[in-house]
Amino acid sequence: MLRFVKHHLENILGIEIYPLISFVIFFLFFIGVLIWLLKVDKKHIQKLKNIPFE
Amino acid sequence: MEHNNSNGNIEKFEYDNAIVRNFLIATVVFGVIGMLVGLIIAFELVFPELNLGIPITTFGRLRPLHTNAVIFAFVGNGIFAGVYYSLQRLLKTRMYSDTLSKIHFWGWQLIILSAAITLPLGYTTSKEYAELEWPIDIAITLIWVVFGWNMFGTILKRRVEHLYVAIWFYIATFITVAMLHVVNSFELPISFLKSYSWYAGVQDALVQWWYGHNAVAFFLTTPYLGLMYYFVPKAANRPVYSYKLSIIHFWALIFIYIWAGPHHLFYSALPDWAQSLGAVFSVMLIAPSWGGMLNGLLTLRGVWDKVKVDPILKFFVVALTGYGMATFEGPLLSLKNVNAISHFTDWTIAHVHVGGLAWNGFLTFGMLYWVVPKMWRTNLYSKKLADFHFWIGTLGIIFYAIPMYWAGFTQSFMWKEFTQEGFLKYPNFLETVTALKNLYLLRGIGGVLYFTGVIVMVYNLVKTANAGNFLANEAAEAPALIKFHAEENEYWHRWIEKRPVQMLIVSFILVAIGGIVEMVPTFLIKSNIPTISSVKPYTPLELEGRDIYVREGCYVCHSQMVRPFRSETERYGDYSKAGEFVYDHPFQWGSKRTGPDLAREGTMKLRKPNAWHYTHMLDPRLTSPNSIMPAYPWLIENDLDVSLTTKKISAMRTLGVPYPEGYEQQALNDLKKQAEEIAADLKKNNINASPNKEIIALIAYLQRLGVDVSLEKKQAMNNH
Repeated sequence: MLRFVKHHLENILGIEIYPLISFVIFFLFFIGVLIWLLKVDKKHIQKLKNIPFE
Repeated sequence: MEHNNSNGNIEKFEYDNAIVRNFLIATVVFGVIGMLVGLIIAFELVFPELNLGIPITTFGRLRPLHTNAVIFAFVGNGIFAGVYYSLQRLLKTRMYSDTLSKIHFWGWQLIILSAAITLPLGYTTSKEYAELEWPIDIAITLIWVVFGWNMFGTILKRRVEHLYVAIWFYIATFITVAMLHVVNSFELPISFLKSYSWYAGVQDALVQWWYGHNAVAFFLTTPYLGLMYYFVPKAANRPVYSYKLSIIHFWALIFIYIWAGPHHLFYSALPDWAQSLGAVFSVMLIAPSWGGMLNGLLTLRGVWDKVKVDPILKFFVVALTGYGMATFEGPLLSLKNVNAISHFTDWTIAHVHVGGLAWNGFLTFGMLYWVVPKMWRTNLYSKKLADFHFWIGTLGIIFYAIPMYWAGFTQSFMWKEFTQEGFLKYPNFLETVTALKNLYLLRGIGGVLYFTGVIVMVYNLVKTANAGNFLANEAAEAPALIKFHAEENEYWHRWIEKRPVQMLIVSFILVAIGGIVEMVPTFLIKSNIPTISSVKPYTPLELEGRDIYVREGCYVCHSQMVRPFRSETERYGDYSKAGEFVYDHPFQWGSKRTGPDLAREGTMKLRKPNAWHYTHMLDPRLTSPNSIMPAYPWLIENDLDVSLTTKKISAMRTLGVPYPEGYEQQALNDLKKQAEEIAADLKKNNINASPNKEIIALIAYLQRLGVDVSLEKKQAMNNH
């Protein structure tokens, strides 16, 4: 089964680009998280923070 | 503007404390057993006779039992206890299904029981922390799914809109461990308790250490960070220092961790680009790790006066400090120049025990001291005893770690030291082992101190429980949640916080990307593993010998990976290359050199007579005075079981090893012939060994190690 998979994947063109794509996806996602955190309503964060005490 | 999501109807329900209690008891029981086994093997390294001369108590078989017991039984049950306790309270609901909870509990204990039986009996895949054989692997998968199902059922029927950050860590843990376990456990069954890894050599090593590293990340770290985010604020009675930091910490940690595995394989035959990738991500890991540690410690700001008098908070402080130390050391060890010193030595053992004893151990103890009085509705029996536990445990960690660091440096420098004339100063490996004996003894004493603390804790908790009154079903009430609706100006992250299924998917995508990027190229690009024409499949006898090598857990003390350092090529011979291992299902590179490397054991430089191996296995101290290796007299008495040989050959062919079609018919004859040759050679040296004994197969395997590559060299020289 594994050999079957291996042989078919061997021929993927431009496989080198995959790590770059994945890094870009993460990078954008992470920047998104940071931007959101800068803009987020403090009251909302306070509310989340206190969940264990409700 | 916050919306009120309740319709005002207060609902009554009960938290299931019984399941938490069960997991807590299992945590304590298996903590005691796992650590006791650890103590035994620690002393076996000083007094090799401690195994009493029997197979099941020998270091190579008990070490996997120790690691599996403390990781999956002690910490595993600790995770489940903490998750079942905190999840219900954070979501204001009972667990989704009591039946699933019970199946999860008993299933997990059954898996532990089967591990406790099979590992000492030598049923092992030899992949570290994944040693359990295929039927148990399947059971783990099923029970893990039950856990996830129960957790998600609970999350979906919650009465709280937002998921607290601890739950994100639980979700990431569930999905990543599932992926790691399934991918690393691909194996071809030969019989009920024997299988071969689907992967070979470099690929097997890469998958294994992608798994091994992330088992640390997603079994020993992320779930415990989740527990930290719940229990530290609860015990300190103040919210976490920075919730924003916890969000950054979460995403950065799960993404970066998954890429870091190759730092276990520096200077090995793994392609350079994969090693560099592992190094870069490992160094980056310090940021989210320290973010988490500081977030935990800073939660205690303003209550340091309380820390002085509250043993629970003290345990948490040392746990977080241990986490900080281990995660500072981790990136450090991932620098290639530092790794060149630390790898294969006791430095690694020190590193993992700072993490294990302080971070996992102390966080668990703090949690136990906090939860037990709550569920048994009483006060802790003795605060003084808990304080005593804290101090003796802390001393135990120090007494464990310092001798191991010392041993690591000592041994590494002895390996690498040359005389002025340019020869190895300690050419006899044994010298570098006997130099460590006192340090091993001190480490054992550190273990005794730590273990004493645990026993005191057991007494304290039992006394507490006896004095109290256990509440199996704790009444609670909360307003029902009607439905989630979008809030004005809602940002996408807020959207995801409320949606556990989407959270699961995003987490999975992040960890899967890391795994795929790291592994796929070694599977795809043939040039990553250059073949060596002289490397041939093992003979049937060598294959059987290799299985004995695996069964006895030789890999826990002997590596088969010569790194490209002059100190290693001088000692062992040519450094190891990726193409040497293409038929190794599973790989046997090892991760620790308590004994010497064996990759070149059969080549001219290191080759020893068959009689030497025979005597050495009978009693290592006959050939190597003061050796700390256990004796293996049973290999000399046991008949070699050849009932599966033909099956093994055809299984290997299925996996891609080029045995000729129909070779299995001839395999047993070849096996017999080779065995008789070895027995005849032994006879010349006055050793009467029957050719059908296990020792003969093991000798055949050891004499084969490295031979193919030295043949290649000879051929190349002849051609010139």
